[in-house]
Amino acid sequence: MHWLFEPGIWSNAAVRTGAGVGVVVATVSALVGLFTVMRSQSFAGHALADVATAGGAGAGLFGFSPLAGFVIGSLLGAGAMEAIGVERVRQRDVATGVVLGGATGLAALFLYLITLSSSSAGSTQSILFGSLFTVSNSSFGVIAVVAAAVCLALAALGRPLLFVSVSPDAARARGVAVRRVALAYTLLMAVTVGLSAIVIGSVLSTALLIGPPAAALRLGRGLWTTLALAVALGVGAVGFGVVASYDSYYWWPSHRALPVSFCVVALVVLELVLVNVVVRTTRRRDAGARV
Amino acid sequence: MFSSFMTNAWIVGTVVALLAGATGFFVVLRGSSFAAHAIPNGAFAGAAGAALVGVTPLVGLITFAVMASVGIGASRRHRSDVATAMALVMMLALGAAFLSLSAAYEPQVEALLFGEILGVATTSIAPVVIIASLCAAALAVMYRPLLFNAAAPDLAAVRGLNPQRLEMGFMLTLALGAALTVPVVGALLTFSLTVGPPAAARLVTRRPGSALVASMVLSVITLWASIAASYQSNLPVGFFVGSLSALAYVAARVLTQWRGRRV
Repeated sequence: MHWLFEPGIWSNAAVRTGAGVGVVVATVSALVGLFTVMRSQSFAGHALADVATAGGAGAGLFGFSPLAGFVIGSLLGAGAMEAIGVERVRQRDVATGVVLGGATGLAALFLYLITLSSSSAGSTQSILFGSLFTVSNSSFGVIAVVAAAVCLALAALGRPLLFVSVSPDAARARGVAVRRVALAYTLLMAVTVGLSAIVIGSVLSTALLIGPPAAALRLGRGLWTTLALAVALGVGAVGFGVVASYDSYYWWPSHRALPVSFCVVALVVLELVLVNVVVRTTRRRDAGARV
Repeated sequence: MFSSFMTNAWIVGTVVALLAGATGFFVVLRGSSFAAHAIPNGAFAGAAGAALVGVTPLVGLITFAVMASVGIGASRRHRSDVATAMALVMMLALGAAFLSLSAAYEPQVEALLFGEILGVATTSIAPVVIIASLCAAALAVMYRPLLFNAAAPDLAAVRGLNPQRLEMGFMLTLALGAALTVPVVGALLTFSLTVGPPAAARLVTRRPGSALVASMVLSVITLWASIAASYQSNLPVGFFVGSLSALAYVAARVLTQWRGRRV
């Protein structure tokens, strides 16, 4: 196993906390993200991460707790999207875009003011890209509690949400409050994304929200299998990404490690591509067998 | 405000805003805001890669923007948002890896994300104008097919319009435009200018021709006002571009609702 785990990986506290937090966030993201992919809300899911970033920058400026900044920013963004909110997909796209554009403007302002008030080098990059290895051990508890709350809320919302996501018209006919379910889900997604954006950065947040569920859906089994597959793919990408990032320190003579975000995202994309290739070839073979 | 060192900012800014207004009209029409957000971010990663390899940023910008647009354009019609999301995160992650390998310096990253319009060099005016005219020409050629495809996709397909090729052509135009605007107004704000003013224009007028013109005019006004406000207040241009673009859309929403109630 020495070729896989470079010396000292498990005695490193930062790696252990990072891996633990990563697993929690990957699990919640996979569960929530399944509905994001089914409802074609990837853009909103990504935009909320950027909006949360603006909230985090604002918190840094005004001296709030960053976690509150990220989650409140993301919730406000979700509220604004739903307020502009329209039913047709094409216009939903515009509502998301306008909120995202405005929020990036605010982020530009906050980050500028932060660099004026303190010479905190690297703040822009760490807010955007995050780093699993810099998560403090004390925030682990808060993250776990919020993650558990999100899972419970999702379980409570699950049945109507699934109905609305699969066929909105039938749900409306059966008297489900479609608009209210959509709002509740968007808010739930906002909390998830805000949480993951602060821990792992907005880039990785989107990757874990969309990639593993999309791959699991592509394999096309029942609901529970798909959920389990999504979680397994997400957790797997985080686990191997952490190891690869740690090991990469030894790959080059210059000893510059690859960022964790890069390793995890690369694995997520790889999983999705592999699943697509496998599904396509087996389908073709099945079609050939039938002929 | 109109002193000599600001001249370049005004010229380049106007060209960029005109182009953003024109492409933005089609972005809103086709519902491809996500691609319009992802491609400039891909271009940003390209600039970071160019710094690592040691070539001109423009080469990296164009290469990565084109790669992102091909990735998005090649995806099938359904679930194209997943492909866009994946292209976006892959590009950004590559950008992060390039930055950490080359240890580029923080203000440069910020300039690429949020733009450096007040620092445009005179030598970069000519390339900007050339690339912008190329994009404008491409949009002019695709104007009718794009409208046809947006208004009646099935009929357009029956009449022999290949939607996949049209999508790819549009995405490549977006990529070229993004490579041009990223160094000037930044990856994040290229996007604001591409969505806010055109969405507002679409609300104000329904006729495609006048909506296109209104979108370009609104976009130029937004950028001019932003440069002026930034000059006066010393706050970043990006802040004004982002908030004024969103404000334009909200104002148009209020206006149309008020007009609708009166009728």
